[in-house]
Amino acid sequence: MACKTCELFDSGHRACGGCGAALAARLVTKAAGTETIVVSSTGCMEVFSTPYPETAWKVPWIHSLFENAAAVASGIEASLKKQGRKEKVVIMAGDGATFDIGMVCISGAFERGHDFTYICYDNEAYMNTGIQRSGATPYDASTTTSPAGSCSFGNKRPKKDMPQILAAHGAPYVATASIAYPADLMQKVEKAINTKGPCYVQVHAPCCTGWGFEGEQTIAISKLAIETGLWVNYEMVDGTVTKVKKVVRKPVEEYLKTQKRFRHLFKPKRQDAEIAAIQTIADRNAVKYGIDIQLKKE
Amino acid sequence: MALAVGCRARPGKAGDNKTGSWRVFKPVFDHEKCSKCGMCQTLCPEGCIHETNEGFFDPDYAYCKGCGLCAVECPKNAIEMKQEEK
Amino acid sequence: MMQMTEGSHAVAEAVRLCRPQVISAYPITPQTHIVEALADFVANCKLDAEYITVDSELSALSACVGASAAGSRTYSATTSQGLALMNEVCFNAAGMRLPIVMSIANRAMGAPLSIWNDMQDSISMRDAGWLQFYSEDNQEATDLHFIAYKVAEDHSIQLPALVCFDGFILSHTYEPVDILSQDDADRYLPKFAPAERLDAADPISFGMYATPEYYLEFRYEMDRAQKRAKEVIAKAGKEFGTLFGRDYSALIEGYKIEDAETAIVAMGSICGTVKDAIDEMRADGKKVGLVKIRVFRPFPTEEIAKMLAHVKRVAVLDKNISLGSKGATALEVRDALYGTDGVSVKGYVLGLGGRDVRKRDIKAIVSLCEKGVGDQFYGLRQEVL
Repeated sequence: MACKTCELFDSGHRACGGCGAALAARLVTKAAGTETIVVSSTGCMEVFSTPYPETAWKVPWIHSLFENAAAVASGIEASLKKQGRKEKVVIMAGDGATFDIGMVCISGAFERGHDFTYICYDNEAYMNTGIQRSGATPYDASTTTSPAGSCSFGNKRPKKDMPQILAAHGAPYVATASIAYPADLMQKVEKAINTKGPCYVQVHAPCCTGWGFEGEQTIAISKLAIETGLWVNYEMVDGTVTKVKKVVRKPVEEYLKTQKRFRHLFKPKRQDAEIAAIQTIADRNAVKYGIDIQLKKE
Repeated sequence: MALAVGCRARPGKAGDNKTGSWRVFKPVFDHEKCSKCGMCQTLCPEGCIHETNEGFFDPDYAYCKGCGLCAVECPKNAIEMKQEEK
Repeated sequence: MMQMTEGSHAVAEAVRLCRPQVISAYPITPQTHIVEALADFVANCKLDAEYITVDSELSALSACVGASAAGSRTYSATTSQGLALMNEVCFNAAGMRLPIVMSIANRAMGAPLSIWNDMQDSISMRDAGWLQFYSEDNQEATDLHFIAYKVAEDHSIQLPALVCFDGFILSHTYEPVDILSQDDADRYLPKFAPAERLDAADPISFGMYATPEYYLEFRYEMDRAQKRAKEVIAKAGKEFGTLFGRDYSALIEGYKIEDAETAIVAMGSICGTVKDAIDEMRADGKKVGLVKIRVFRPFPTEEIAKMLAHVKRVAVLDKNISLGSKGATALEVRDALYGTDGVSVKGYVLGLGGRDVRKRDIKAIVSLCEKGVGDQFYGLRQEVL
């Protein structure tokens, strides 16, 4: 059961000041409550929260390896079932662990239909190892393995559509959320936890260190991602989109220019074609999910 | 304390790490302007902003990293980031 | 109760009797009959377990990690390529001190692909921290599962354990095996009672990371647990013998070794062939004996040194090879005898990829050893080279 007043993620953790993932950990554990077993993958969240003997987790927590959180969670779920215990299993994994190396374990676990909630905190790159490109890195973002340079505009591929992939596995509840809207995030996490079967919530968790902005702007930038249509907050029940956050859309440029990882689109020269390509991605999201608020015409 | 079998720990020791020492800027909370919305407490990545008996909010400076998120997000501009005197 | 049964089935019965709460299963020749038999037990309510048909061996052992940490006795089985695929998880499970028991139906490592027996698979992960038991026959393969759980779950040990038995040679062979009753099994192996588990009532963080200030000490503690396991195995094995008449207290067993001049050191099903060959050589007047290794990790260094102190020469048989060096057992036996004068040790790599080893091969090896010829592959088909 949710515990909104609980602080189940302790201060004293080693996340960067202004870290989106740290905020996500706090909000998710509030939504989950004390009767929760958290399974973490290797990554920023695991590293900044558990250098032996300091742990920030006040709920039972386990970290095994980078790719296998979903398989470990499957085993925990089976064990709890056999023991007749009521704790809920919640996975917290980054985008690298989820979109890339964890695909095998995740696909198997979702196909088998285990009763757990998989939360992916999406900071759009392998941040813990120093900002490398993942399957969640957006088009044209500069990372250390997809750097912008005289012969490159950065990451060449669009984001993998992980929510759709898991909906296709038959996940009964799939949602996207953002730390920009904490009440909405907690509501979705709570719903996922209370829905039987494998549920997935992808949480946008902007990274000041990796994306290149001041920590104090984390929430503001999270909001801009949604307002430009580059991130869409929605819910899917049994594979059908049921709720979408609508916005009065801003041009993508307002989001891109706030972050160093997109700086090469503006300096030394403005890259109109690339910015237009990113605008197309946002426009397509808008059409696909129906995010545009139709303003009444006088 | 004996080495824990399997590299495990019970909660509590994270609190030994006083991340307040990371700070360059320090948030100063003006209760006169505060509307008690609680947004600062909700959004602090450290979870170190606590409600006072009167329903206002104050940071725990032992852990506050001075990231400034609360100051930017406060709807009443009741929080100001000031350079810390060392 | 005596049963004439296939090795895999006997092992499956033993596992059933150990009452695992969670089983994760991924098929791979020649272990498949074990997981199939277990599935059958579950489907017919003969075994009350959660049976997870996982998506890969990586997931198989990972699910065991989760189940064990949550407080369940758990089981899986694999071999060869599967064991290699879960290599990372093997190190992880041992480091996390989770008492998982896994059967290995020993099989060769590819490339080239081979489904047939040798011990390359389990030997190649001997560094991971798992206890390793090796079976001479299906009776041992069966009994060792009870002992493995008991030792692994001991609070002073808390390490995962492999129970190895030769693929096809044992797994697919019918032998008479005494299967314990459920009452007997319960008497020997009580319910799993871990020192710690994932539990909202007492939150613990499992699998934290260790900085250079702590890592060395964590590995040291694991090594100490391995060394402590010798006593715990002796105690568990002795108790098994007292209750059921088959004593497993010794990590190694001598056969006609007391007055031997030539000793053969071997592990697994090959020991049966070696014993028969020894009987024949003895009839011809040769003083040959066998040191059978049943526990490879922790390695019985002192025990082997003691048992071999009086012999003239040792022929170590290895169904494995550390390419570019030697067979693993030969290296460990040499190490055990370092400082013991007058004993010559030679290693023989044989039987890889299912190459049959006959009594005549054992006799030939003893002759080679007597001539001081060794540290080589035995049985090469020169005509195909």
